[in-house]
Amino acid sequence: MSGAAKGKLKVYLGYAAGTGKTYRMLLEAQEIKREGVDIVIGYFEPHGRKETIALTEGLEIIPRRTLTYNGAEFEEMDTDAVLRRHPQMAVVDEFAHTNVPGSPRLKRWQDVQVLLEASIDVLTTVNIQHLESLNDQVYDATGVRVRETVPDWVVDEADEVVLIDLTTRALRNRLERGVVYAPEKARRAMEHFFTEGNLSALREMAMRHAAHEVEEKLRTRPSLAVAGAVESPPRSSERILICLTGRPSSAVLIRRGKRVADYLQADCLAIHVAGPGDRDAGAVERHLSFARNLRIETHVVNADNVPRAISDFARSQRITQIFMGRSLPRPVWKRFRENVVQQVVRQTKDMQITIVAERRK
Amino acid sequence: MLVLPASNYGYPEYVAARTDHRPSPEELLRRVQDAERRERRGRLKVFLGYASRVGKSYRMFDEGRRRKVRGQDVVVGLVQAANEPDVQGMLSCFEIIPPLQERHDGHTYEVIDLPTLFRRHPAVCLIDELAYDNPPGSRNPQRWQDVEDLLDRGIAVITAVNLQHIREQQLDVERLTGRRAAQSVPEAFLREADEIEVVDVPPESLLDRTGGSNRPDSRVLAELREMALLLAADVVDRQLLEYLEQHGVTAKWGAQERILVCLTPRSNAAAMLRSGHRNALRFHGALLAAYVQQTGLRAEDQARLDAHLALARELGAEVHCLHGSDFVSSILQFAREQRITQLFLGHTGQEHRFWFSRSPIDRVIEAAENFDVRLFPRPEAP
Repeated sequence: MSGAAKGKLKVYLGYAAGTGKTYRMLLEAQEIKREGVDIVIGYFEPHGRKETIALTEGLEIIPRRTLTYNGAEFEEMDTDAVLRRHPQMAVVDEFAHTNVPGSPRLKRWQDVQVLLEASIDVLTTVNIQHLESLNDQVYDATGVRVRETVPDWVVDEADEVVLIDLTTRALRNRLERGVVYAPEKARRAMEHFFTEGNLSALREMAMRHAAHEVEEKLRTRPSLAVAGAVESPPRSSERILICLTGRPSSAVLIRRGKRVADYLQADCLAIHVAGPGDRDAGAVERHLSFARNLRIETHVVNADNVPRAISDFARSQRITQIFMGRSLPRPVWKRFRENVVQQVVRQTKDMQITIVAERRK
Repeated sequence: MLVLPASNYGYPEYVAARTDHRPSPEELLRRVQDAERRERRGRLKVFLGYASRVGKSYRMFDEGRRRKVRGQDVVVGLVQAANEPDVQGMLSCFEIIPPLQERHDGHTYEVIDLPTLFRRHPAVCLIDELAYDNPPGSRNPQRWQDVEDLLDRGIAVITAVNLQHIREQQLDVERLTGRRAAQSVPEAFLREADEIEVVDVPPESLLDRTGGSNRPDSRVLAELREMALLLAADVVDRQLLEYLEQHGVTAKWGAQERILVCLTPRSNAAAMLRSGHRNALRFHGALLAAYVQQTGLRAEDQARLDAHLALARELGAEVHCLHGSDFVSSILQFAREQRITQLFLGHTGQEHRFWFSRSPIDRVIEAAENFDVRLFPRPEAP
């Protein structure tokens, strides 16, 4: 397979179930087939929607693989079968899906990577709330913590991201008419996640993210740069350092730091200072690996003096901005001593320091 | 009778809204009148595209067709002359009220036949191509005003418009394309719409469709696409705020980054403002700057502060003057009200720490909820 070009990825981005992502994807798949491209369906989730199911007519469907887990049967995309069939293009619905335990790969987006590596082009669908960097924002706007996420770089690397827009009113009408879910489920959905406020917030995020993707491509694709015309801004010289610990709030910190780094096109590093006071090595390791999954360069430094170690590391790495979480509140009698944040602030006055607050409802 | 000011006397709305959470009686009356007007009025839905041939018309007629299937009384009030074959195919299922052909100065104009539409009074009227100047002597100078008349009669309208026809966007579009569309629609019309939907396609597929010599540049198309998406996001943001307000929900940490630079005479304001400006641009967010009014400021400090404020305005920041005896609590309250996501604060070089007192920076960090605090180095010693 060496030498063969990677397949192209097209993502249909929506803001909720029922906005018509799969419909649009299949509509285009039919068109592509008419143009003579060898296209198959690798995975498709019908959700009992008649209009959408009708659009699969005439398209070859690769049978799913059945896996048994905890005595129940689950169906997943049969990635090996798609590879054996080796079409030019494959339709793979629900990019953010988590595979059932026992599958070769944890996530469907990883299956898609395998197809792309094999030079198969892929069309896929995803909702905005599944983007890792927006996880906290989604939680804050809707009160729902989304568990199935996709790292941003996977979507950033897509060749095309297209927004499938629908007004929130139209979406709620579709729910009411029972197009999206069965009536009982639809009613519950409309009272909880699918409220007017939640949907509007998600829709705005999707629009802004789609705009961000367009801008990313303008910056990174040489084919879009026009000589002598608008000059693309040079990559900024900013370097961001995230200080992570074993505390749960580190996940928010990592997402936030990475998001800012992405928007500023800054380098992003993470450090953990391992000292004698370390209690939760497992949590630290989870956070470090979470950071690496988001393509953050991680470092572990052994030191007793945490603020000093952070500040020295930042200087040696020419960091321009440090991201830290707030120190835990302490009892009054301990307050006369500076906490870690205060010490770093005092010792590193030549750098920007961002203290990320926990997002509360 | 209450006389309502046409505008906020030139002040942006947030100035009025900031001091008090409860709406004023004028505001309440305006809301009630708005709600009544909206109830009588037909609903307006607009499909927004970023360039010709993105498929707005198709989407509009497709929606009309679906509504017809569901039993709504849908008619077409205007069809663009040159349509793609897929749109042509759909037209046969509609009742069409042909526009009036009016000749003026040797040109033939197509004017929506309002009298016939008023008599026919459908539930929904489709108007393809919103930006159009009617000939002199028409009931309205522009077509979007005809649409207003339909809405006022309780007829719902679905229409489509391109970014280059939105008046407030035309300067930026011209900068990119070198061309300015002759006809336009005010942005307020779009913002007042009950619903707006973006028609998004990748520029690549547009290039395939267009072909020929009149090929738009793919970079230009990408920039137009980004503009349209951001404009739509702004409209949705506004609607979201209105919705939250009407339902008594305080706005939360929003989808948009909002950066607040806190100005004090001795902070490194230039660095903070420049960084804030760059961040706001990258995030397509808002930049605000605030200072807390102090009495008895020394002349040199006042001069410094004035220079900071001038720079803030120059960089396009919304500048706010806060009142209050305590710097920290004034800033915190303002940040909450304004849904700030990043608060920029500078070391002044004056912080003193005693074991019993906390510095203002410590206090802000401790109280910060739902926003990040970014500390900036103090200015280089002169």
